[in-house]
Amino acid sequence: MMFNTGEELLKITEENGLKISEVVLACECEYTGLTHEDIRNKMNETLEIMKKSAQAGLEKEIKSVGGIIGGDAKKVFDYTNKGKTLCGQNINKAIARAYSCAEVNAGMGQICAAPTAGSCGIIPASVLTAAEIYKSSDNDIIDALLTASGIGMIISKNATVSGAEGGCQAECGSAAAMASAAIVELAGGTPEMSLHAAAIAIKNIMGLICDPVAGLVEAPCAKRNASGTVNALICADMVLAGVRSIIPFDEVIDAMYRVGRMLPFELKETALGGVAATPTGIEISNRIFNK
Amino acid sequence: MNDYSVFDILGPIMVGPSSSHTAGAARLGMAARCIAGDDFDNVDFYLYGSFAKTYKGHGTDKALTAGILGMNPSDTDLRNSLAIAKKKGIRVYFIKKDDEVSHPNTVKIVVRKKNGTTTEIVGASIGGGNIYIKNIDGYDVELTGKLPTIIIRHMDKKGMISKVSTVLAGSGLNIATMKVSRIKKGNQASMIIEVDEKITKKIIQDLNNIDDIIVARAINSLEERS
Repeated sequence: MMFNTGEELLKITEENGLKISEVVLACECEYTGLTHEDIRNKMNETLEIMKKSAQAGLEKEIKSVGGIIGGDAKKVFDYTNKGKTLCGQNINKAIARAYSCAEVNAGMGQICAAPTAGSCGIIPASVLTAAEIYKSSDNDIIDALLTASGIGMIISKNATVSGAEGGCQAECGSAAAMASAAIVELAGGTPEMSLHAAAIAIKNIMGLICDPVAGLVEAPCAKRNASGTVNALICADMVLAGVRSIIPFDEVIDAMYRVGRMLPFELKETALGGVAATPTGIEISNRIFNK
Repeated sequence: MNDYSVFDILGPIMVGPSSSHTAGAARLGMAARCIAGDDFDNVDFYLYGSFAKTYKGHGTDKALTAGILGMNPSDTDLRNSLAIAKKKGIRVYFIKKDDEVSHPNTVKIVVRKKNGTTTEIVGASIGGGNIYIKNIDGYDVELTGKLPTIIIRHMDKKGMISKVSTVLAGSGLNIATMKVSRIKKGNQASMIIEVDEKITKKIIQDLNNIDDIIVARAINSLEERS
């Protein structure tokens, strides 16, 4: 049992009546020689790290190593608890959790790269928030994480998840796609619906550049973790409502990779373009590195 | 088209902020510790490319130091590594270089032992926390630390490979890859052997007992999953 594309993955799920997470788990057993239980236990460790990093910043302000960001997770969480918000409790809580992971990361705390360290907030924030809404068990969340990983594998095999190679669309875009597909499965959607959600999530931020201020994983990365989280949630909702991606998942991944290769290197993690190259971006960089 | 484990995609579990600048750097430090041995009191880190430009903000200096002290990329004490090194009486220096290098995240680690000998290791962090070591004391090597690895320095004499493989076969170790290199014919040479199973202390002892082997060392893992 092996899949390289979304279409191959779908075929396996349909022929065997399996969920994406079940196919991914079977493949992992084959690849590593480990048992279902070993893999689920290992994924549970990953889940625990995700839970902790999504929570830490809600309780206290976390300061980053570069000093550019910090404390925003708590700000959003406190605002959520005050009552009246535009996007409601769930979205605001999800934003706070994404910030929390990003702040823990930038503060040299423990995180799980998902699929990278720079995008580590999107999967925990959106999947944990969805699980809270659906009252899912940890076992269900572990399944969702396996599904997320399966989508990430297809993107890694056919394109890239690295900001330096494909821009932020590849990094935060992949995380949102993985998360959205996972949430659809958590909600009881079909494998085909998961792929539609992943495709829409990538399309929503196609072309997004990677322009970290001072070259650090802080700004605009933390805010893009927040928007990537919301992207994952709205795509899952759209698909669960019956919306389909007009362009198939595999074609979207191919398009994303082509766009990534067309982006000049100044816009791919070099801090030479985008907001990193604004007067303020340059001033921050000088302040940090030329003290 | 590479195959991936689910934990290559959701992982590594690490201390932020960057898998290549922080987690990869910690593994490079750990590899240097495994290769050089742990009785050192002075380490120079020569930073090239992107490592030289952004090491402070990414905590690359702390991660390299944590690795050389034997800490995992997921160790939350990683951010205190510079203070921990100081307390242990280990001096670390960071030297920025602007020479051209083949990979943007390259470091040369010079480890000085208490007995005066030095070991020089050049490696790169190639993304997602993955690394490779490309040179040890002037010998070209290819070492990723993904499989248990045996590192041997030996005299460049006939029959050395056969002596080594006899020991490995006798211990039930299956060789996955092997690279032999030398700087000058008939002088010293280096052998890097990746194997499928864990390398025991006994195997390393047996290898060190072979005539004309100067030193044999093992790297079983560049981290233990926390």
